[in-house]
Amino acid sequence: MEQKLAVLVTIAGSALLIAVFAIVARSAGTPASADAVAAATARWRTRLFWGLVVVFVPIIGFSLTRLPYSSGTQADAITIQATGHQWAWEVKPDTVPVGRPIEIRVTGADVNHGFGLYDANNRLVIQTQGMPGYTNTLQYTFSQPGLYHVRCLEYCGLGHHTMMAPFVVTANQVGAAR
Amino acid sequence: MAITALVLALLMVFGFLMRASQAGLLVLPPDRFYQVLTAHGIGMVAICGLGGAGVMVYFLSRYVALTSAIVLANLVFFLLGVVLVLGGIFIGGFAAAWTFLFPLPAVSQNTWGPGATASYLVGVLLVGVGFLLLFLDTMRAILKRYGSIGKALGWPQAFGNSTEEPPPPTVVVSTVTSIVNILSIAAGAVILAVSLVNTYAPSFHVNALLAKNLIYFFGHSFINATIYMTVIGVYEILPTYTGRPWKSSKPFLIAWTAAMVMVLGVFSHHLFMDFADPRWAQILGQVLSYTSSLPVLAVTAVGTLGNVYRSGMKWNLASSLLFVAVMGWSVGIVPAVADGTIAINRVMHNTLWVPGHFHIYLLLGVVAMLFGFMYWLGSKAGAADTALDRASFWMYVVGGFAFSAMFLASGAISVPRRWAVHLDPWLAWDKLATLFALVTVLGAVVFVMKFLGRARKIAA
Repeated sequence: MEQKLAVLVTIAGSALLIAVFAIVARSAGTPASADAVAAATARWRTRLFWGLVVVFVPIIGFSLTRLPYSSGTQADAITIQATGHQWAWEVKPDTVPVGRPIEIRVTGADVNHGFGLYDANNRLVIQTQGMPGYTNTLQYTFSQPGLYHVRCLEYCGLGHHTMMAPFVVTANQVGAAR
Repeated sequence: MAITALVLALLMVFGFLMRASQAGLLVLPPDRFYQVLTAHGIGMVAICGLGGAGVMVYFLSRYVALTSAIVLANLVFFLLGVVLVLGGIFIGGFAAAWTFLFPLPAVSQNTWGPGATASYLVGVLLVGVGFLLLFLDTMRAILKRYGSIGKALGWPQAFGNSTEEPPPPTVVVSTVTSIVNILSIAAGAVILAVSLVNTYAPSFHVNALLAKNLIYFFGHSFINATIYMTVIGVYEILPTYTGRPWKSSKPFLIAWTAAMVMVLGVFSHHLFMDFADPRWAQILGQVLSYTSSLPVLAVTAVGTLGNVYRSGMKWNLASSLLFVAVMGWSVGIVPAVADGTIAINRVMHNTLWVPGHFHIYLLLGVVAMLFGFMYWLGSKAGAADTALDRASFWMYVVGGFAFSAMFLASGAISVPRRWAVHLDPWLAWDKLATLFALVTVLGAVVFVMKFLGRARKIAA
């Protein structure tokens, strides 16, 4: 959903900007009064500035209510420990049931790593950095069972692209994690 | 500028090779891939900095007395540093990326040794020392002419009732750039020195999160200041075609002071996925990611459009490249702001979306400005554009946008960045990206060859 939103905003915004620049480029050959154009430019500058402020304020406000950071420990959550090593993931347990809250505690044993969890369609679902000396906690509840993959999202040396590990979400909502 | 032109072409070829390798069209072994990645990243930051400094020095010299020995010293430090950096990478095997996130330079599983790390770190440090000398000299010269930082930034005109003539745009932007870069290079020097000591004395280390903050403060601020330096070329050159001088209006002065303040804080958007970073810093990072786009769009983009609109100007390669560069800088803001939203960054961070947005900024912004400056020097020396120049312009612009769009498309399907080997579902985008990279590089090579061919005439 976030990816689609980013693509749509980028296409719309880029197309609008390119169209405006193209129109102005085409107008360049036909001269007009510099003073009149300067006055119009000042008006457009003011409109654009306040227009962007009006658009940005609610977007910033709304998006800041959807932060991915953990907010305290959930009582019934399954805890998963994920540690990045050069160049392998150690994820325990690596199987969880669908529909149960989980907490993934991510760290790096040696250098910075990036814990990225991909779904069966190769879409990035959640991520956080695995840093030496820190534990970053991801909170998530899987709504779809399937075979997920952990991939490294922070460059960590020559074996960076080999840092992959399977992660299974079972359809069975009852029972403890393996 | 000749060095800039040559190195730009070489590093673009490196970029093409990486995309072709990811597409499976040629084989770069992972160790070589990551070495090329490291050289491409640090090299582009440095050479754009050098080219930008060339543009700044060229025009700033019209207003203040710079020390030519310092400008030369910057070039000497740069070349010495580059030799060490390239030696560390291609002889020693160093491949910790331009970011050299602590403690990776010293922890490589013995895939490169401490000598390679030291060569790289000292090389970058030398390049930094050269730039630091240059920016200290620009500040010295500006302060000598204008008396204070506030006056050089036009504060009496922007925030007071002064009716005195404000400093010209070049002086304002050079002041902003110098302040930002003196601070960013100082931060970079700290983490480079710490990493160097850690390489030989592992018991001496620094908090990894603090190190990451220092690195991104250094890198993000420096590359943004590089854009600022090159945009001086737009402020100075475009009006020579349109006949409409670019003045330091009140909005212009306020915007540049705002840009200076914001660029020093916005780097924290690189750390959204470092959950341990202070929450206030992350929220500030998002807010500044949005607000820092305002000066660019409201002043430089609108100013450029107003300068060109119905001006009666005739287009040539120089003016076309400068105009497109402002468009590239503006367009790059859109995916950057999207990724600067924490809720979106959650699934975009460290995917190919990130190089997508900054290639629009750099390839179609900074580098286009540099090529525009080079063509302007050529036209001043009497060189006329040819059909090949015009064809190359379209190859560069269309190819560059399409190439960057392939990064964005790959990021949207979650392809991670900095992976030497790509999975099968990602290869179609890689192949298209390789094709567009080839078109872009061919366009750029023509620019470079033309500039080098005109160099003697320009120097005369």
